[in-house]
Amino acid sequence: MAQAQEYAHIGKPRPKVDAMNKSMGITKFTDDIELPRMAFGKLLRSTQAHAKIKNIDVSEAEKLPGVYKVITGHILPIQFGIMPTAEDEHAMATKKVRYVGDPVAAVAAVDEETAEAACELIKVEYEPIDPIFSIEKAVTTSMDAEHRIHEDFGFGGNIHKIVAMEFGDVDGAFEQADFIDEGVYFFEGNTHLPMEQHSAIAHYDGTGKLTMWSATQTPHYVHRALSKVLELPPNKVRIIAPPTGGGFGGKDDPFSHEIAACKLSMLIGRPVKFTLTREEVFYTHRGRHPVLMWCKTGWKNDGTLMGMHFKSFLDGGAHGSYGPASTYYTGALQTVTCKVPAYKFEGVRAFTNKPPCGPKRGHGTPQPRFAVEIVFDKVAERLGIDPIDLRTKNMIDSHSLTVNWLQITTCGLQECLDKVGEASDFKNKHNKLPHGKGVGVAVGSYICGAGLPIYWNDLPHSEVQLQVDRMGTVTAFSGAIDIGQGSDTVLATIVAEVLGLDPSEIQLVTADTDLTPIDLGSYSSRVTMMMGNAAKESAENMRELMLAGVAEHLKVPAERLEMKGGHVWDTENPSEKMTFRKAAELAETHKGLLGSVGSYRPPRKKGSYKGSGVGPSPAYSYSACVAQVDVDPETAEIKVEKIWMAHDIGECINETLVLGQVEGSVYMGLGEALMEEYPYRDKLGTHKIPSMLDYKSPTTKDMPPVETILVKGHEARGPFGAKEVGQGPLLPIMPAIANAVYDAVGVRIDELPITAEKILAAMEQKEKDGPGRIGPDKIPDIEFPPAIKVEPPDEWKGKLSSLE
Amino acid sequence: MDTEKTLLTLHVNGERHELLVPVHKTLLEVLREDMGLTGTKHGCEVGECGTCTVLVDGLPILSCLSLPIENQDQEITTIEGVAQGSEPHPLQSAFTQLGAAQCGYCTPGMILTAKALLDENADPDRETIEEALSGNLCRCTGYLKIFEAVEMAAEQSK
Ligand code: FES
Ligand code: FES
Repeated sequence: MAQAQEYAHIGKPRPKVDAMNKSMGITKFTDDIELPRMAFGKLLRSTQAHAKIKNIDVSEAEKLPGVYKVITGHILPIQFGIMPTAEDEHAMATKKVRYVGDPVAAVAAVDEETAEAACELIKVEYEPIDPIFSIEKAVTTSMDAEHRIHEDFGFGGNIHKIVAMEFGDVDGAFEQADFIDEGVYFFEGNTHLPMEQHSAIAHYDGTGKLTMWSATQTPHYVHRALSKVLELPPNKVRIIAPPTGGGFGGKDDPFSHEIAACKLSMLIGRPVKFTLTREEVFYTHRGRHPVLMWCKTGWKNDGTLMGMHFKSFLDGGAHGSYGPASTYYTGALQTVTCKVPAYKFEGVRAFTNKPPCGPKRGHGTPQPRFAVEIVFDKVAERLGIDPIDLRTKNMIDSHSLTVNWLQITTCGLQECLDKVGEASDFKNKHNKLPHGKGVGVAVGSYICGAGLPIYWNDLPHSEVQLQVDRMGTVTAFSGAIDIGQGSDTVLATIVAEVLGLDPSEIQLVTADTDLTPIDLGSYSSRVTMMMGNAAKESAENMRELMLAGVAEHLKVPAERLEMKGGHVWDTENPSEKMTFRKAAELAETHKGLLGSVGSYRPPRKKGSYKGSGVGPSPAYSYSACVAQVDVDPETAEIKVEKIWMAHDIGECINETLVLGQVEGSVYMGLGEALMEEYPYRDKLGTHKIPSMLDYKSPTTKDMPPVETILVKGHEARGPFGAKEVGQGPLLPIMPAIANAVYDAVGVRIDELPITAEKILAAMEQKEKDGPGRIGPDKIPDIEFPPAIKVEPPDEWKGKLSSLE
Repeated sequence: MDTEKTLLTLHVNGERHELLVPVHKTLLEVLREDMGLTGTKHGCEVGECGTCTVLVDGLPILSCLSLPIENQDQEITTIEGVAQGSEPHPLQSAFTQLGAAQCGYCTPGMILTAKALLDENADPDRETIEEALSGNLCRCTGYLKIFEAVEMAAEQSK
């Protein structure tokens, strides 16, 4: 790319700025911090899936030597939740417990062991209530308030959120179609499993100021939640997010252990640390929703998609969390990879007595993507069209509006598809490999940051402040938190690029609500787009300010000055270069303290219907994947032989990080495709596998070779043309593997994970002339509310009749 | 709580330490809590993830399953003892260079396991590396950059 060539750092492969300290064990994660007089906290968790709390007796626990304090739910009566429309959580259960693992009491003690022993001495009297573990039961059981999981939230029964919307005339589209495809799919829930267990340390000091260090992806939202629940003014609460040992969406909510740590510290006047055990991390969850889906599509015989009707049923677990957004996300992005001239979406999220689900990498979109990409595979086969060609035929246009009013800017999907097709030799392999071997293709797309914040406001989503002192030291202040994705490196690289320095020369102060301006958090693949743009604006302002100061000194016009390679000079007198430090000194002499700011606000959304807040983004990244598998015809044991992944990145800020995010997404997608699942013991409601041994995730031996192809093209809305990469490449993996399995052995596995047992069962079915398919065959019989009818954008009007 | 304590002598990163610690404390806890060596991380504390790996007489062990009383006459190496002074070990440089440390939380355990491998076999092939690291989970990288980093370090150590 000619454009990228001009840059000193942008687009180059470079080490992460924080990698050496991590490799040397120097980086301090939250649990590595120790404060003088620190107490240790533990939560007592419910052993019941659904029960009224009759009584909690803490008297024995309080008497245990070494115990500082025991608290229960009533001391923290104010409810919270990440979304203002779903504030249904207490730090500890007050009247009832809603899942095994629900916190009911908290202890602070001299050490962890004593705190644990005290928990064991707390006597809780429960009165069990019929638990609900399945989505089917949750959406169909009507019940009195007392038996509902949340008596005062949601849409009646155990329904948390129910939505219906229609863009264009779907029935009309189906009537015009030559044929209809209809199918039911299930995406099993799974969890993030970040290697670092959640941890928080709270310290309430003598001035009434509360500081909390926490392994969180969203310090700003946690700040808001704590201020509210603890009834402290925001200036008395400071959240510091140390480098976080992986998140993937699992550290996006405010959590009970954080609030308990704060409250206990306020009561005992000591710092209090809570570090969850791995078992507790499983209960804290907020993982991928199990989603049951029904997808009906109408097609022309030439492969033109006429319309889509999609229904999703989300098993939400016991709390709202991001649920309203998750629900909409299962219906939002079907339209951004292919032209859907008429689209109807109905979605419902229900409460069940299991740990709450929330956002995991791809938030609500991998599930429908799984279904839609299998639909394309089935339809391609039915029509005898190559699955790549069928996608090409229906390819979304760059710079267009989707039928549900999402603004597409750059779209590199066709190139992604072509490149993975070529690299994998897909057309010569598909349908042509020996029995047992197969290839599958799928595509995906993801947002580069959510267009709207979690709580309603018109403020910027990310802000960066810079300071340059007379010694030439540049300090960048940003609320963004590095969870391993590399936000620190992105910040340093962008500032360095604009100021003509090296990224290693930029000092970073990040994710500290007292010191740094707002960034909404490391979620929805928003940081490079939003923090990156804010950093660029701030650095450009700084550059202008400094050059103006130097220009005054040199008595030349500022436009004549250049700032590069650690120097500033007059382009008409290039032999007299001054160092950046000297320039800073001169600029400060003329301008006073050198400070600059930059803010980023996403473009306004185009749609104005209810629900139009979920789905809009400044830009969409695109990915295409080919998976090649080997399925043993006897045992059905499945081995992924190779993954080809092409990703439309716009431009890379740092190629090393981009490749790392692609490979990490492929890895996580493989886990979801083949082994990760989060099931429950139906009768007890206990999690079957709250340990890393039993929760199977890919090891070094499960990782196939990955060929990554970066498709570039300047995205005008991204900083230096960049788009997201952290989540998008996960999306096509699961359906590509499902499609490859079909190509290999001719059976459809329409539910995840795809295991040898399921393939074997499907193969046996097929031998007996059965359908050769494993997956759900029906959806709950419930009535959705009448769909909101949304007029599609002008370009879609009359589209269907033109397809006639 | 009143717990029985024992006097331990540990040899960590070439230094001798005398410590009075509760008898049931694991090596992981003693390193992190009593010696301040927080470079050793934990992901499960029950022997399932490899994050807490340290070297004992050059061999990788899970410090969360180890009782330090049994390691008294042995040489323990943690991530803090891998560099030569301020000069990083080739593995540390390679992990940094190639992006093999994303969140960096699994990294100390990975590097120590890889170090044990390279000390034993200076030129391991990909399969040997995969095998050696199969007990160390990483959720960020997809392992590929880690394999490449081990290969790069092996190359550089030649
Ligand atoms: S912490 Fe020791 S193996 Fe997980
Ligand atoms: S780098 Fe994050 S777990 Fe390995």
